[in-house]
Amino acid sequence: MPGVGGGRGGGTSLVTILEKVTALLGEGAVLESGTDRVPRVAPGSPDAVALLLGTAHQEGWRVRIEGAGTWLQSDAPADLALTTRRLDRIPAIEPSDLTATAEAGIGLDQLRQQLADRGAWLGIDPPGLAGRTLGSVVATASAGPLRHGFGPIKDHLLGVTFVTGDGRMVQSGGRVMKNVAGYDLTRLQAGGFGAFGVIVLVHLRLRALPRADVTYLLEGAREDLTQVGEDVAAAGLTPAALELVSPALARRERWVLAVRLAGSPALVAADEAGLGAASGGGRFTQLRAEEAHAFWMRLAEGFAVRPVTFRIGGVPTASDELLDLLQHQLGDEWISASPAAGSIRWTGEASIDRLQRLRRTLAGLEVPLTLERAPWSMRSAVGHFGAYREGVGPLVAGLRRTFDPGGALVVATEGE
Amino acid sequence: MTAPSLLARDLAAIVGEKHVREARAERVTYAMDGLPTHRRVPDLVVLPGTREELVAVVRLLAALAVPFVPRGAGTGLSGGALADAGSVLLVLMRLNRIVKIDKANRLAVVEPGVVNAKLGAAARPHGLQYAPDPSSQTACTIGGNVAENAGGPHCLKYGVTANHIHALEVLLADGSLVELGSPGGEPWGPDLVGVFVGSEGNFGIATRITARLTPLPRAIRTLLADFTSIRAAGAGVSAIIAAGIVPAALEMMDQSCIRAVEDSVYAAGYPRDAAAILLVELDGRNETAVVAESDAVTDLLRAAGARAVKCAASDAERERLWQGRKKAFGAMGRLSRDLVVQDAVVPRSALPDVLETICGIAQRYGLVVSNVFHAGDGNLHPNISFDATDLGMKDRVEAASAEIMSTCIAAGGTITGEHGVGLDKLRYMPLIFDAESLGAMQAVRRVFDPAELVNPGKVVPVHACREWAGAGAGARAS
Repeated sequence: MPGVGGGRGGGTSLVTILEKVTALLGEGAVLESGTDRVPRVAPGSPDAVALLLGTAHQEGWRVRIEGAGTWLQSDAPADLALTTRRLDRIPAIEPSDLTATAEAGIGLDQLRQQLADRGAWLGIDPPGLAGRTLGSVVATASAGPLRHGFGPIKDHLLGVTFVTGDGRMVQSGGRVMKNVAGYDLTRLQAGGFGAFGVIVLVHLRLRALPRADVTYLLEGAREDLTQVGEDVAAAGLTPAALELVSPALARRERWVLAVRLAGSPALVAADEAGLGAASGGGRFTQLRAEEAHAFWMRLAEGFAVRPVTFRIGGVPTASDELLDLLQHQLGDEWISASPAAGSIRWTGEASIDRLQRLRRTLAGLEVPLTLERAPWSMRSAVGHFGAYREGVGPLVAGLRRTFDPGGALVVATEGE
Repeated sequence: MTAPSLLARDLAAIVGEKHVREARAERVTYAMDGLPTHRRVPDLVVLPGTREELVAVVRLLAALAVPFVPRGAGTGLSGGALADAGSVLLVLMRLNRIVKIDKANRLAVVEPGVVNAKLGAAARPHGLQYAPDPSSQTACTIGGNVAENAGGPHCLKYGVTANHIHALEVLLADGSLVELGSPGGEPWGPDLVGVFVGSEGNFGIATRITARLTPLPRAIRTLLADFTSIRAAGAGVSAIIAAGIVPAALEMMDQSCIRAVEDSVYAAGYPRDAAAILLVELDGRNETAVVAESDAVTDLLRAAGARAVKCAASDAERERLWQGRKKAFGAMGRLSRDLVVQDAVVPRSALPDVLETICGIAQRYGLVVSNVFHAGDGNLHPNISFDATDLGMKDRVEAASAEIMSTCIAAGGTITGEHGVGLDKLRYMPLIFDAESLGAMQAVRRVFDPAELVNPGKVVPVHACREWAGAGAGARAS
């Protein structure tokens, strides 16, 4: 049998790879392949991930990383697919310390449920389906609307354990709220898209489950809603989310400004009173709890449906200009923006050429474009990252060589 | 190293003669930072006045393969900014321009030598603040804060330095400038800003820093709670955290520290007979919400056993309560000739047990240990009073420090929450990281600085690292 499609396994046959993997990890670790026939391997422990990647490095196999398979398309050419889905344990939840430790393959929906049962909450709402894995969210650093109130993904991490492309297990950070022991490799992994290793364990910073959590919507023209958003911020409100959503994504006639207030009842009540005043008298509509849940879930899931999703990040005063630019260059298909945080996420259909041009244009405005999901043909051409600022490219390349010296991990860090 | 006088001449040609310190009497003043247990006299001290001068100095040193150590105000507490013989100390205090305050985008762009409190003062007229507030904020610099990932009492709510840095212009050891991050805070590629912050000067020098500012709170309530046992105070901390209330600050002081403060010019009106006090600050943009949370915290503290909970009645009283806390380290100078300010972090729920163990360690070694710390984060600062001229006592301090660190690690904690590893905690690094993880850190350092010229011998104990074949000289060559 010839070497498998696109991999660099040379003469290694599929059968040989499967035999070796089975000998290493047992039959239970080999799952059914996807449509591209790339063997899918699910190590059952962090040590097994290290064993697998160490072997892959020695054998010259190319490995693509997968979680639940609900976010990034499973289409990168590889000799085998390493899925973290059997790394789904939660070794620790400490409600009194508001910390937790979870394996990377746990689905966010399961994690959220177990945290809620203990009165704890993870203040993130990334794009994607409910079962998207924790490791995927960390590796892509894809924050959702709650970034406005609770910060980017990295702010919720206390530490990670990861396995490098040559099978070394590395710990970074720890389980406590503050930690400056050694260099912060956790932040290298958060948003590294797997280029620097496979995340296997995550230590999380939690919050107490909000005792009050309400969502208000306001529909209108984009420019009017932008003004209301600025008024809300100027009024001193502290929303958990303040998100501007395009009509197509919100499934409404017009743009929507969604405000989520979450926290202590006193804080939420005060902000609710302020919200009415900031919007010129009660034009916002409060959603019932189940409606609010459905709204935010639909918003998150919307970004996992279309073929291409990317995020950009500028300064808040540039938000309008950036939305205009996206509309002009790609069309205002499905867009969600957190104007006060300067972050915008777009999803839809786009050509390689258009994306590359857009990235160059944005770079001129000091705005990075991070390609979050796309078919391999686009990822490999455009790259998750690109148009780096001065001197960054060699550093990224050096880090890549350090953590994956044999190039075993198939990650489209930069475009061709 | 090139003979100092020749090098001094070349450096003086760049920065001017009066900004190169060659005489031993001048160099000795840079032999320590805020930690009195480490002392290194640099061969030369250079104080560049502009970024261009700094770049030229580093390029010269790189060409000659001379190691160098960047230093801000020298207020660090880990021996991190000390330069060995054979190294040049680069003091960045003259690079002290606030380049821009962008009110609309809540950003500041500063040079590394800007003093923390001065940035706060510059932001205030715009209704903004720079939240990280280390106790040394009237002296320490933003460049130093970036290197150490500095914290401070108000980081419980607002986050540490790493949560406030959007972008950096960095001068690498080879003299090249790189731009990390973006003004809006979105990483440009992998999060190299996040990797750089807290790297203790090992990855290069931040020459321009884009920092996030936050709105000044409109309402503030500061509470002083008085406890007859440390355990009860610890229970108060846990109760507040579990209730989902995030105070701006949640600080604890034990009796030894309370008395040192009350005996000093910084007397704040703390109850001298209390076993511990908690200083709790709640702030926000809405008066009603802050008052409601303050009432809730008062109830929780009373339920935890507080003898009294008092709310500062005026700004002056609030200032006084905070002055006592922020000057506590200075006040402890009354207790002895020297002071080691230790730094470790434990899970918040472990605080009472760990504090009791530390008390026992102090008794066994016949040392005075006072505790003043960020209880809300579990970030301990056991302060050991001693006389460095008494060598036996100095050895006991070292042994007690090691036991304190072991205690914190055994409780699931770590060896430093905000002071850094520097020289002081090198020996503890293998206690929390295995050889592979230490090797990974060293390998990353070599990507930024293949020749290991910047601040050599700090953070990672090289002897304890497993070798990484992928790293080493030339790692940046692509």
